[in-house]
Amino acid sequence: MFEEPSHFILTVEGLTVSFDGFKAVDGLNLYIAPNECRVIIGPNGAGKTTVLDLICGRTKATGGSVRFRDMELLKMREDQIVHAGVGRKFQTPSVYEDLTVFENLEISYPKGHGVFGALAFRRDAAVRDRIRDIAEQIFLDDSLEKKAGLLSHGQKQWLEIGMLLIQDPQLLMLDEPVAGMSVAERRKTAELLNRIIQDRSVIVIEHDMSFVEDIATRVTVLHQGKLLSEGSLAHVKADPRVAEVYLGH
Amino acid sequence: MRLSFSASDPGLRRQIIGLALLAALLLVALPLGLDAFRLNLFGKYLCFAFVAIGLVLCWGMGGILSLGQGVFFGLGGYAMAMYLKLEASTPEATKIQSTPGIPDFMDWNQLKALPLWWEPFHSLPFTLIAIIALPVAFAFIIGTAMFRRRVGGVYFAIITQAIAAIATILIIGQQGYTGGVNGITDLRTLHGWDIRPDSARVTLYFVCAGLLLLAAVLALFVQRSKLGRILIAMRDQEDRVRFSGYDVAAFKTFVFCLGAVFASVGGAMFTLQVGFMSPTIVGIVPSIEMVIFCAVGGRLSVIGAVYGALLVNLARTSFSESFPELWLFGLGALFIAVVMAFPSGLAGVWVERIEPLLARLLRRKTTTPADPNAPEAPEPAPLTRDAAGRRPGAATLNALSTNPLPATPMTDAAARAAL
Ligand SMILES: Nc1ncnc2c1ncn2[C@@H]1O[C@H](COP(=O)(O)OP(=O)(O)OP(=O)(O)O)[C@@H](O)[C@H]1O
Ligand SMILES: [Mg+2]
Repeated sequence: MFEEPSHFILTVEGLTVSFDGFKAVDGLNLYIAPNECRVIIGPNGAGKTTVLDLICGRTKATGGSVRFRDMELLKMREDQIVHAGVGRKFQTPSVYEDLTVFENLEISYPKGHGVFGALAFRRDAAVRDRIRDIAEQIFLDDSLEKKAGLLSHGQKQWLEIGMLLIQDPQLLMLDEPVAGMSVAERRKTAELLNRIIQDRSVIVIEHDMSFVEDIATRVTVLHQGKLLSEGSLAHVKADPRVAEVYLGH
Repeated sequence: MRLSFSASDPGLRRQIIGLALLAALLLVALPLGLDAFRLNLFGKYLCFAFVAIGLVLCWGMGGILSLGQGVFFGLGGYAMAMYLKLEASTPEATKIQSTPGIPDFMDWNQLKALPLWWEPFHSLPFTLIAIIALPVAFAFIIGTAMFRRRVGGVYFAIITQAIAAIATILIIGQQGYTGGVNGITDLRTLHGWDIRPDSARVTLYFVCAGLLLLAAVLALFVQRSKLGRILIAMRDQEDRVRFSGYDVAAFKTFVFCLGAVFASVGGAMFTLQVGFMSPTIVGIVPSIEMVIFCAVGGRLSVIGAVYGALLVNLARTSFSESFPELWLFGLGALFIAVVMAFPSGLAGVWVERIEPLLARLLRRKTTTPADPNAPEAPEPAPLTRDAAGRRPGAATLNALSTNPLPATPMTDAAARAAL
């Protein structure tokens, strides 16, 4: 990477975290360009989820820097990072099971996020229209009044993606969005992702290679917390070190 | 809120009917059916309903189990008691003391002057502000310290319980400043108005009932707002809420402060109606009892919490008159029974069993759509009958108490329920 760092929307340098001496992420550099869709792959326990945790502030880094536009994320609180424009989907679908699909989306609507703002929040036409619009995109427009707990696994994944979309983040981070989905659901999700990655940067963690092929601009391979290989999917597939790691696993 | 909205929202309709029935019970049925003595007793029960409403927001919705609400009840109660005590301790009324003009218990403890921090409680406006501001400040400090450090669940419950224990020890230990284990007694007038005669007690009952209805309306407003839904979301998926851009600690602190204010107002009304305040209402056992009122009523239902507080207290009065030593066992058994058999309490029974039954009966009897006055409240009737002395509540509790359980599982179960 020899381009000017300011060209990137996200610049991760020397990122390190150690859990009681075990370095789950070790001196990682990562540069994400605007409108890029980066896929991170790697064997189980490689530290992929931890990288996302560090970027969004869920885990505190031991060292390094994470710059998003012109902000240092490592110094910010989780909710401030969200408001700066970073959205995060978890590996296991996290939706509010006791609330309806509508209410799930409404909570993520980027208004009334303070205590008193939430008290005064009104469900006006703009809110309703936006929620309906998002629900259509995530194939849930018929289930708005359904409790989220009653959705199928795949629908929960979509709902969580919808909850991020409604925030309109500039950087979207998705942890295994198609895990546990049927083939048909996978196809629909790929189509959904291809649509929503158009005007933002996306980091996706995924194991499914055909899915990666569908969406990736570039691929980063992580192994034992370190960057193993980076480039186009064809490039990393041809890298003998990558083959070794995956075969050895 | 527009009215057109209400027609399409069964939840709101149910809440309005529930509020109206509660208001009818508290403001009409009870005052008509009870003598001044019994009415005053119910006024005392209502004070605990304030706490239960606060716990619905904190615990039922937000998942924050506080086992120290007695502390906030005590803050309001003691603030009010200090004001009343100072008013009762005029130099003329206390001229036989070695230092006239200070509260009697201070004189007994050889204090020579009023402590500085008692001085502002000469003023009624200051006292009224303190009843709101003290619990807010205290809850804010505890809340910020705990929630920013991500202390939650059982740990939070245990810490609040420890705070309740510390508060009791402090009050009892600092006898000269607090009245010690006897509390602050012999209270007489509020701004010159004698609070002891029956007529005053009836007035105070109405003030208490009015404030309680106000608190219920406020709590329902919070419950229905987006903040209410965020509380539920936080309880189930705290991280998802955090990464949807909310400062989770701020929301928890807010609802904890709100619960503290409700408890404090209840405490102040308690002092006024009972005529004293003592550390026995601040400690661990009363704090746990308050959680039980809320659980019995239904921890997600504001209105249910009021009935829970009324019924359990009524049962306590009836039951502990006859078998004082068994009351705690009975209460523990009741709590376990409710948690196991009716996790959403009285409110759950009402919504799941009684409402459908009423609806079916109504549909059979009339062809016209349901008239809002038609569903008769089941609660008012038994309550007034209880008060007349027949005590049906005691019978159920008697049955429960034949199977005595150790008192400790109560705390255990309370802590587990928080998870
Ligand atoms: N909070 C933590 N404390 C201690 N160790 C942790 C913590 N979080 C992650 N780890 C460890 O760090 C390593 C990387 O975990 P991570 O979840 O990032 O892997 P991953 O690449 O996402 O794997 P998978 O493909 O299974 O999701 C694992 O060995 C894990 O046990
Ligand atoms: Mg992972």
